[in-house]
Amino acid sequence: MRQSLANFLLPVGAIIAALGLFGVFVWFAGVSPVEVWLLLFKGAFGDWYSWQNTLQRAAPLMLTALCVAIPARAGLTVIGGEGAVVLGGLACAGLAQGLPLPANTVGTVMVCLAAAAAGGLWITLAGWLRQYRGINETISSLLLAYVAIGLFKHLVEGPLRDPSSLNKPSTFSLDESVRLGGIAGSDVHWGLVIGVLACLAAGLWMRITPSGFAVRVVGGNPRAAQLVGLPASKLILLACALGGASAGLAGAIEVAAVHTNANASLIAGYGYAGILVAFIARQHPVAIIPVAILFGGFGAAGSLLQRRLGLPDASVLVLQGIAFVLILASEALRDVDWKAFFARINRFGPSEPSPIPLPLEKP
Amino acid sequence: MSADQLLIFFAGIVGGALRVGAPFLFVSLGECITEKSGRINLGLEGVLVLSAMSAFGASYLSGSAWVGVLAAAATGALLATLHGVLCSLPRVNDIATGIALMLLGMGLAFYLGKPLIQPQAPQLPAIALGNWSDSAAVRSALQVNALVPIGIALAVALWWAFANTRAGLLVRMAGDSANATRALGYSVSAIRIAATAAGGMVAGLGGACLTLFYPGSWNEGISSGQGLIAVALVIFARWSPIRCVWTSLLFGGAGAIGPALQSIGISWGYHLFNIVPYVLTLLILVITCRPGTTVNGSPGELSSTR
Repeated sequence: MRQSLANFLLPVGAIIAALGLFGVFVWFAGVSPVEVWLLLFKGAFGDWYSWQNTLQRAAPLMLTALCVAIPARAGLTVIGGEGAVVLGGLACAGLAQGLPLPANTVGTVMVCLAAAAAGGLWITLAGWLRQYRGINETISSLLLAYVAIGLFKHLVEGPLRDPSSLNKPSTFSLDESVRLGGIAGSDVHWGLVIGVLACLAAGLWMRITPSGFAVRVVGGNPRAAQLVGLPASKLILLACALGGASAGLAGAIEVAAVHTNANASLIAGYGYAGILVAFIARQHPVAIIPVAILFGGFGAAGSLLQRRLGLPDASVLVLQGIAFVLILASEALRDVDWKAFFARINRFGPSEPSPIPLPLEKP
Repeated sequence: MSADQLLIFFAGIVGGALRVGAPFLFVSLGECITEKSGRINLGLEGVLVLSAMSAFGASYLSGSAWVGVLAAAATGALLATLHGVLCSLPRVNDIATGIALMLLGMGLAFYLGKPLIQPQAPQLPAIALGNWSDSAAVRSALQVNALVPIGIALAVALWWAFANTRAGLLVRMAGDSANATRALGYSVSAIRIAATAAGGMVAGLGGACLTLFYPGSWNEGISSGQGLIAVALVIFARWSPIRCVWTSLLFGGAGAIGPALQSIGISWGYHLFNIVPYVLTLLILVITCRPGTTVNGSPGELSSTR
């Protein structure tokens, strides 16, 4: 009970503190913090238009956050989601260009599957390098992301390029029939439904299926997993494949619903923002849904901050960075015995200086 | 390919190794100091970008490139100190903190560096190594950053200091056994925070190389993972500052293949040649790492190699 309360309160407190610090930060730039907070809320959740923008951004964030959260449950810190997103988008556009696809939902499913396969293979490679070659997966997945971006640029500016795209090299546009449309005529596309379903499915998989439970055992206590004879390597590769497939799907959604072709706008940092979302959600697939909507909202409000207050577009990145640092630092408060803390304050009285407790080194 | 073109190509590779390799050199030395104390700082990528921005800004505002270098070192030390202090809190993981600082450093750099994208700042002086040649292309290819000799001297000094000074031995002890350090009455956290800060300072010099020499301007794509490659380089260099020099030059050379080919008129596959350093890093990790064992020479407390 106490733990689950902390699980909820620590991230919420960290986000509120991050918003406060961000207010102080913009105050230095001569902007009123209150105005920034109001605009952040208005730009994210103020009216139906901003809600549409928010939900559009939340969809890929949910999927890239899964790319961090699922491997994290198996004990891996994978941060190369950006590579899987880019390759997923490339596979989606490439398949549509190379094959005559059926001009209906089957075509859409096919491009999405191709993207999921490309992303899944890419992250599985990072997992394989860890299990069979002993390479730290954090470093290797990020290096693989840069390799993927290089391949993407090479193919988009070379073999797959639509000759009519002059200033901004891109692939041929997807056929209208294959694209993902809006839900009920709005700007919110079906990618949001895919994202929410993927998060729910991942949550259910970990909670009720034996293989999902086995993945959590491998991540939680590798020694116990070894003792009961779980196939740790296979389970880790499975987790990587599922995570990578989600991130690849995010790339396909961006291509099929937003950009209509693969171009450099796809490299928009969704992979990195997804790391933050997963950490705030404490690597819990279902908790990712609200956190992704919140950070999608901050992203949507970023352009409003830029237009109304003249803040640089990177101000949202600063907010994300501050939130990430505070969310990690907040873990240090988990073990604080608050009852004893307040008792100590009361004992000394508010006017007396309380002694600074020396940090105890844990052996 | 004529003999002249071949000469230009090789001069481009050698010059590029010294030019592109300079940021690798400083970041890998910084990471080497940090990892010797038993912590891994993935945030050096953020340190590199933020200090590149502050070097450019300080150089632009003050009119002196050396003020920019000092600003870069100070910025790097500050951001790394934040990493060191955060990791000393209970339950805080150093790899996750590194990722957070990577994002924070980049965000701050892009935010504060917005007005710096257009102007030109005073640049670091160059050391001309190509005066023996008549070819203008060779001469311009062999212009070397004035910070490179400082970096090489620093590597030798670090190698000596790790073996022969009290501070060097303390850092290594904190990295190899936290319990031994505590038993001798030293604070593990204090040593690690100091080592992380010193590492950030050295890595900050790498940022100065980026904006004050090559490519010599500030933009948001100034670093594409050099800080991360440097972390992998330290594993390859087996935590020896001297080997860091050689591996940095190797990587600089690999990164210079694309531009060198472009200088002799081959522009096919520019992006493909640009991913050579990343592929090379992965290959080297495949060769040096073995599952279930630690790499030779690795500090005993390090979490990334276990």
